[in-house]
Amino acid sequence: MTNDDLIIADPKMRAEGVNVFYGDKQAIKDVSIDVGTDLVTAFIGPSGCGKSTFLRSLNRMNDTVASARVTGRIELDGEDIYAPSMDVVQLRARVGMVFQKPNPFPKSIYDNVAYGSRIHGLAANKADLDVIVERALTRAGLWDEVKDRLGESGTALSGGQQQRLCIARAIAVDPEVILMDEPCSALDPIATAKIEELIHELRGKYAIVIVTHNMQQAARVSQRTAFFHLGTLVEYGKTTDIFTNPKQERTKDYITGRYG
Amino acid sequence: MAVVNDHTVKAFDEDINRLRGLISEMGGRAEQALLQAMTALSKGDLALAAQVVEGDKKIDALEAEVEQLTVQTIALRAPMADDLREMIAALKIVSVVERIGDYAKNIAKRVALMDQTRSIESIPVLMSMSAIVAELIHDALDSFAARDADLAVRVTVRDKNVDDFYNSIFRTLVTFMMENPKYITESAHLLFVAKNLERMGDHATNIAEMVYYVVTGERMEERERGETPEDSATAEKEQG
Repeated sequence: MTNDDLIIADPKMRAEGVNVFYGDKQAIKDVSIDVGTDLVTAFIGPSGCGKSTFLRSLNRMNDTVASARVTGRIELDGEDIYAPSMDVVQLRARVGMVFQKPNPFPKSIYDNVAYGSRIHGLAANKADLDVIVERALTRAGLWDEVKDRLGESGTALSGGQQQRLCIARAIAVDPEVILMDEPCSALDPIATAKIEELIHELRGKYAIVIVTHNMQQAARVSQRTAFFHLGTLVEYGKTTDIFTNPKQERTKDYITGRYG
Repeated sequence: MAVVNDHTVKAFDEDINRLRGLISEMGGRAEQALLQAMTALSKGDLALAAQVVEGDKKIDALEAEVEQLTVQTIALRAPMADDLREMIAALKIVSVVERIGDYAKNIAKRVALMDQTRSIESIPVLMSMSAIVAELIHDALDSFAARDADLAVRVTVRDKNVDDFYNSIFRTLVTFMMENPKYITESAHLLFVAKNLERMGDHATNIAEMVYYVVTGERMEERERGETPEDSATAEKEQG
């Protein structure tokens, strides 16, 4: 394998020399990585390695942490997302996020999905909004399960359904990138399989970046894998290579369960 | 080689060590079967030959045990990277070692059919050839035990000597048969023995190639190997 195979011709997002600090503590050290449009990229690494921190810097979620500071450059379609001119609300619509614990709003299923479109003014009327809600729920693989009870509260759904509702909410505003932070860690294996199938379906429509502790999951859903350790990006490569023949000793020790 | 750390889950290391132990034992038995079969052949020792035939059952049983343990380990431990490569290699190596055992058994079975062969001059040459083959098998399995890719490469290079031996014995036996038609049956048996030894050498090479894959994650390049298969076939063709 040559490094040429790894070059992404037209990256959706590009990070260059990114450092993230929480106060004096440096959580991310000089990370550079490209996120491809048609690819699912998995971030793996032990707890505290910085993978979630880095993920959150991709749509400026770290802005909400007072002590957090990001240096280096992160681009979305070539545009610096930390530039003063960048509208953060708009950025987060383009770079959506799904969290570890399903967090539907305490509103109806319909309103959960319609929420983003309403605040971003994406629908001209109720009929438009209905189309958006149905399409998002269909894409999220949830439509058939909830179409007859759209008025019920989102929080009444099962955990797996709630997570798919959150994915539907994220894709309803037509994002370009979806960031997923351990989206299945609170779900049972069947619900997990549905999310993984969904990620597979969504690939190509959105650039997807997923943080996961489940290495089998990273192996199953992603085409590229990045291994983080102690705030650095240790190895980035094709998922098949990372899991069958990693180049770095630290990567190997981690994925084979020798990390100690 | 880099220091290999233990797994956090100790039972995983125990499984792997047991697997390595079984493969070692199986390889040792196959190597011994070869040496005993050749001794039986050179001395006409029917009892020893019968012992080789009987011993092959244990080799087959070990293969089944390794297969079962490998499947179980893959299912329960979901091995990755070099661990995964080792599981795949273990499966392939035991099937090769089982073949080596079969060839030894095949040689042993011919002992009873060859009462008049004492005077055929090729037998001492076959003994030398078998010593080299046994050494190749031994080194191939050592390279697996030691995770030694360099030794594995040397095994594949040395397989060329076995092929040379085979080509030479083939010519000698064909000539011998032409000159001594009444020895044709025995000579034909010895030709098969030589072919079996040559195949065992190839199998030692197969083991070495898998060891190389386990250690490096790459397939062994053609240029790193000695010349392989077609030489002997060419020799056969030349002899018509």
